[in-house]
Amino acid sequence: MRRGWGLLAALALLGCTAPPTLLAPPPPPQRSGFADMGAATQAMQREDGANPAMLWVQDGQQLWGQAPAAQSKACASCHGEVVSLRGVAARYPAWDTLLQRPVNLGNRINLCRQRHQGQPAWPAEHASLLGLEALVGLQSRGLPIAPPADPRLEPFRERGAALFSQRIGQFDLSCAICHDQLAGGRLAGVTIPQGQANGYPLYRLEWQDLGSLPRRIRNCMTGVRAQPLPAHSVEMVELELHLARRALGMAVETPAVRP
Amino acid sequence: MNFSLPPAFQADRRAILGAGLAMVLVSPAHSQIQGMGMAPGKQMAEAIAEFAKGQRVQTGRVKLEIAELVDNGNVVPVSVSVDSPMTAADHVLQIALFNDRNPQRDVAIFGLGPRAGRAQVATRMRLSTSQQVSAVARMNDGSLWIATVDVIVALAACIEVES
Amino acid sequence: MARVLIQMPSRARRGEVIEVRATIAHPMETGFRPGADGRPVARNILQRFNCRYNGELVFSVELHPAISANPYLSFYTVATDSGTLELEWLGENGFRQLERRALQVT
Repeated sequence: MRRGWGLLAALALLGCTAPPTLLAPPPPPQRSGFADMGAATQAMQREDGANPAMLWVQDGQQLWGQAPAAQSKACASCHGEVVSLRGVAARYPAWDTLLQRPVNLGNRINLCRQRHQGQPAWPAEHASLLGLEALVGLQSRGLPIAPPADPRLEPFRERGAALFSQRIGQFDLSCAICHDQLAGGRLAGVTIPQGQANGYPLYRLEWQDLGSLPRRIRNCMTGVRAQPLPAHSVEMVELELHLARRALGMAVETPAVRP
Repeated sequence: MNFSLPPAFQADRRAILGAGLAMVLVSPAHSQIQGMGMAPGKQMAEAIAEFAKGQRVQTGRVKLEIAELVDNGNVVPVSVSVDSPMTAADHVLQIALFNDRNPQRDVAIFGLGPRAGRAQVATRMRLSTSQQVSAVARMNDGSLWIATVDVIVALAACIEVES
Repeated sequence: MARVLIQMPSRARRGEVIEVRATIAHPMETGFRPGADGRPVARNILQRFNCRYNGELVFSVELHPAISANPYLSFYTVATDSGTLELEWLGENGFRQLERRALQVT
């Protein structure tokens, strides 16, 4: 009985603090970009022997067990086998106590490098960073995306949600206009995807390369002729927090393949 | 604000519309190539004839698998299989892939033989625009067989700019 | 050394036809792509792939710029004797890479 009242109270609270975006039409059932791809591209993702992203995962596997320098520890020294990180990527972005802000998985790997391995942070999109991110992400493949219900993350997530609905750039478009309202429609013969962030880092055919979620977001923003968010900014993580909530429950597909 | 054409233009509206329609129908591939300042280059038929060393090329025995509407022209999976027992007496020597609208006609030439066991190959190719792709197989008896597919390549709807 | 991803069985029955899938990290720069300065980036492609089985050439490919970056190849070969498959990639600017994979045939 008590649990029931608690749930009611929580729902009431949620209703009271509803951000303006809830006034927009509710989003349709979640649909992975995988479903919008042709059979050949789906096969590329489905078969590890055909997925180019596995080149980076292999890299990550090698780096995992390797001390970056003579006096440094390898990832494996603290974490053991990488399979012990099963479920971790599914709950990122997460809170970092020292920085007092949320961080994404790439940030976390770089923080580990600096704090525990005495190494400088890798720049955004560095092959080794992507390799480790893909390796750790792979350990969560198939698990539902589960952003933590951490109240410290809420103000950041709300800002991310607001940015998602904000019109930006010379094209004066918001993420929500294309990927919530117009998803499933067609633009120049191509189906507009929901843009769910459920497979990053991923191999993008357009790039012929593996890339992170911040890379994709930055390119989208430049695509609407807006100033892109800096890759390592807290604003980027805020948007990622909203995307994680948006993709809540969807299966992790990392490392995915996308057009 | 009044958007109607001034009286002087109205009589020529059909001509203006006709000209506009003609511009839209011009193949984007041709305008791209002209913009690049390149000569059109040899036709696919010529490239195939060269590979065939003047021999007759027959349709059949070759199966060319490629999506008819690709997700992205940068990476297009393509697979070719040839109906052949792949014995010492009867096998595929080569499979060649050609296209007709990329900057160059050649894509790849696969070298097989009886050790292959199965005349089946796959790779991923680039397609700059909608065009035809052909696979030509050369048998050990000198005969040549071809399959051709028409492929549609849609440009990325949202032109992503690397930043 | 470029990264490679090779998928093939490590064991096979004599006479069995096995599939080999090989991916190698390489930009396959076409020579047509404009760089930041507007001029085409210099061509840099892989031109040849060879598969030798106990020294005998069993499969080869002549590659052109129309092959996508990180070239993927799938082909078949008959498992004859136990031994080594040597996968070799040759490209411009002196690129050469050789990978060996053991195959046990029973």
